[in-house]
Amino acid sequence: MDKKIPTGADVIIQSLIREGVEYVFGYPGGAAIPLFDALVDHPQIKLVLVRHEQGATHMADGYARATGKPGVVLVTSGPGATNTVTGILTAQMDSSPIIVLCGQTISPMLGKDAFQEADVTGITYPVVKHSYLVKQVNDLPRIMKEAFHIATTGRPGPVLLDLPKDVTSAPCTAPFVDSVDLPGYEIPGVPDQAMLAKAAEYLSRSRKPVLYIGQGAVISGAGKAITQLADKLQAPVVNTLLAKGAVSEDHPLHMGMLGMHGTAYANKAVMNCDLIFSIGARWDDRIVGKLSEFCPGAPKLHLDIDPAEFGKIVQPDVSMVGDARRGVEALLPLVRKLDTADWVKQCAAWRKQYPLKYGKQGGLKAQHVLDEMDRLTRGKAVVTTDVGQHQMWAAQFCRSTFNRSWISSGGAGTMGFGFPAAIGAQLGVPDKPVWAIVGDGGFQMTLCELATAALQKVPVKVLIINNNYLGMVRQWQELFFDNRYSGVDMAGNPDFVKLAEAYGVKAFRIRRPGDVRRILKQASEYNDGPCVIEAEVVKEDNVYPMIPAGAPYRDMLIERPRAKMAKPTGST
Amino acid sequence: MTTPTHTISVLVLNKPGVLVRVALVFARRGYNIDSLVVSPVLDTEFSRMTITCSGDLATLDQIIKQLVKLIDVVRAVDHTGEAVIEKEMALIKVRCPLENRTPILQVAEHFKGTTVDFGHESLILQISGGSEKIDHVLGLLRPFGIVDLVRSGKILMARGAERT
Repeated sequence: MDKKIPTGADVIIQSLIREGVEYVFGYPGGAAIPLFDALVDHPQIKLVLVRHEQGATHMADGYARATGKPGVVLVTSGPGATNTVTGILTAQMDSSPIIVLCGQTISPMLGKDAFQEADVTGITYPVVKHSYLVKQVNDLPRIMKEAFHIATTGRPGPVLLDLPKDVTSAPCTAPFVDSVDLPGYEIPGVPDQAMLAKAAEYLSRSRKPVLYIGQGAVISGAGKAITQLADKLQAPVVNTLLAKGAVSEDHPLHMGMLGMHGTAYANKAVMNCDLIFSIGARWDDRIVGKLSEFCPGAPKLHLDIDPAEFGKIVQPDVSMVGDARRGVEALLPLVRKLDTADWVKQCAAWRKQYPLKYGKQGGLKAQHVLDEMDRLTRGKAVVTTDVGQHQMWAAQFCRSTFNRSWISSGGAGTMGFGFPAAIGAQLGVPDKPVWAIVGDGGFQMTLCELATAALQKVPVKVLIINNNYLGMVRQWQELFFDNRYSGVDMAGNPDFVKLAEAYGVKAFRIRRPGDVRRILKQASEYNDGPCVIEAEVVKEDNVYPMIPAGAPYRDMLIERPRAKMAKPTGST
Repeated sequence: MTTPTHTISVLVLNKPGVLVRVALVFARRGYNIDSLVVSPVLDTEFSRMTITCSGDLATLDQIIKQLVKLIDVVRAVDHTGEAVIEKEMALIKVRCPLENRTPILQVAEHFKGTTVDFGHESLILQISGGSEKIDHVLGLLRPFGIVDLVRSGKILMARGAERT
């Protein structure tokens, strides 16, 4: 009997299996039916049926960030595909490897306004690492191989496949391929030896160095090498929001997060350093504040896998193109212990002088809840966040002690990210507790995934920091816009406990400071499925320290300012 | 102050969508493309884009890096200020009443142009060479009445062993 010739859809699903994919996060539709049909024959791939395509994309992203493996999304054409755009942007901004498979109308109907047709390739050009509009079924084995290669190597990112239904339905006779031929794609490895030597020379002259680490340290798994470098040089480490956990925040030389809402002691170190060494970080505007006054006079060393980052914001004195881990490993033998005893002592003094703090009086504080959560999880949980005040408080109060334990939308600042990302992360790392810390605003953007979480029985703990406000915007309006609140009141919020219960999800509520520990403990011990913990925190509280957008570090507010503030000049 | 003009040569894979990806890199950073020529090279798997554009150098540096980052771009080089061969062609339709024909044809002859169409009312001249030469010819012909103009956009090639 003749063997059945596989269809394009079969080849796509078999390619996923060949790439080691476990889960596909998806939502069907007419143009994607052949792909969903092929899933029936391949039970090795588990379909996670979501409730909205944006959620699927964030789940794939959360899975990718927790595991380091690519996350896969499968949606239909038109609105199904356009709903993924926010998630694709989120992945692109934070260099997260996801593959987005989109159904498309049949190729003879392309450009003819067919039902559920959208020029998805065109719409997504600016937010993908690469994309393919597949016209020939026999191109599929090659394109699938290339898509995974491009998404996961170099500086990772999203790759989109636009898949006309006639192509996925057609028989495919081309064999699978094991290698790629991409003449326009180079993957940097170990940086140039001369540049490393130059960096070592700059380091040797430094008495007040700071190692500033970013998402590249997480992606490349550079944490161990960076810890060795910090120990050997005796240099303090600060991290970006995304790099939390790359180097354990328990390390004595670790100063926490720098930038707009970084710790005061990290920012003091950055302000006063005589050299700053970026390892896989991109001098984001949330980091540098006022560029012309950022670390003036301090040489800037920059190790990055993406050469387009050199000089994009900061012109480095030494630029090293390469993988962060391999770069630091190659640098290690070139450096020696520096004379930084006074500097390390000074940094420790700042840490004592300007600790993160909050009052336990006057109602339930978000910081109190997060501080207790941190005490309970002891740095052993994977934490995802949404975007806003709770995100910054979580970054400050939840210690990240291992790589890929902190998952947050940094570059894009996508509200609605945290909860679906936690579902994806939990599927990727079933043995670790996963907490999603979300606000009442962002949670409502993707809360329909409660159904998905319940169905998958993932024991994700969703901690809603509910202040009934869009707190970060409210904070800006309070500080910089004369208390003129506009569009920030979340009146109309549901009863989150009842809402969770409507989905059959276990729910808890924290109202009083005295209940925090007990209820969080109960929630942490509940592992039969997802649970929601609503913490009703004080309505008006601000995140400090704060460097107003576009301001120099010396303008850092450590607490509520007495004087009226000018409107910030920086980006958003 | 006029912004400096640059000529960039981009070697790309001859794939659908590559032109859009390249154009978006310029558009996103507010850079204006003055002319753009795309055609296959010897190996038809690849195409060459010659782009002239204007704007500040720091932005251009970032644009070139972002171009190189595109998967379908093999190489992107700014040839501004280098000793390269630069050529452009123009078709110029000029009003040509009897009394003006001789001076128009003198201009054409002087600049090694050819007359590719000749009618009662107008003629079409084909001029090729450096962009400045074409600008100059246009200046000379303008008093006679230019009816229409098509310029090919600039193409260039590096001399000797240099790569374009």
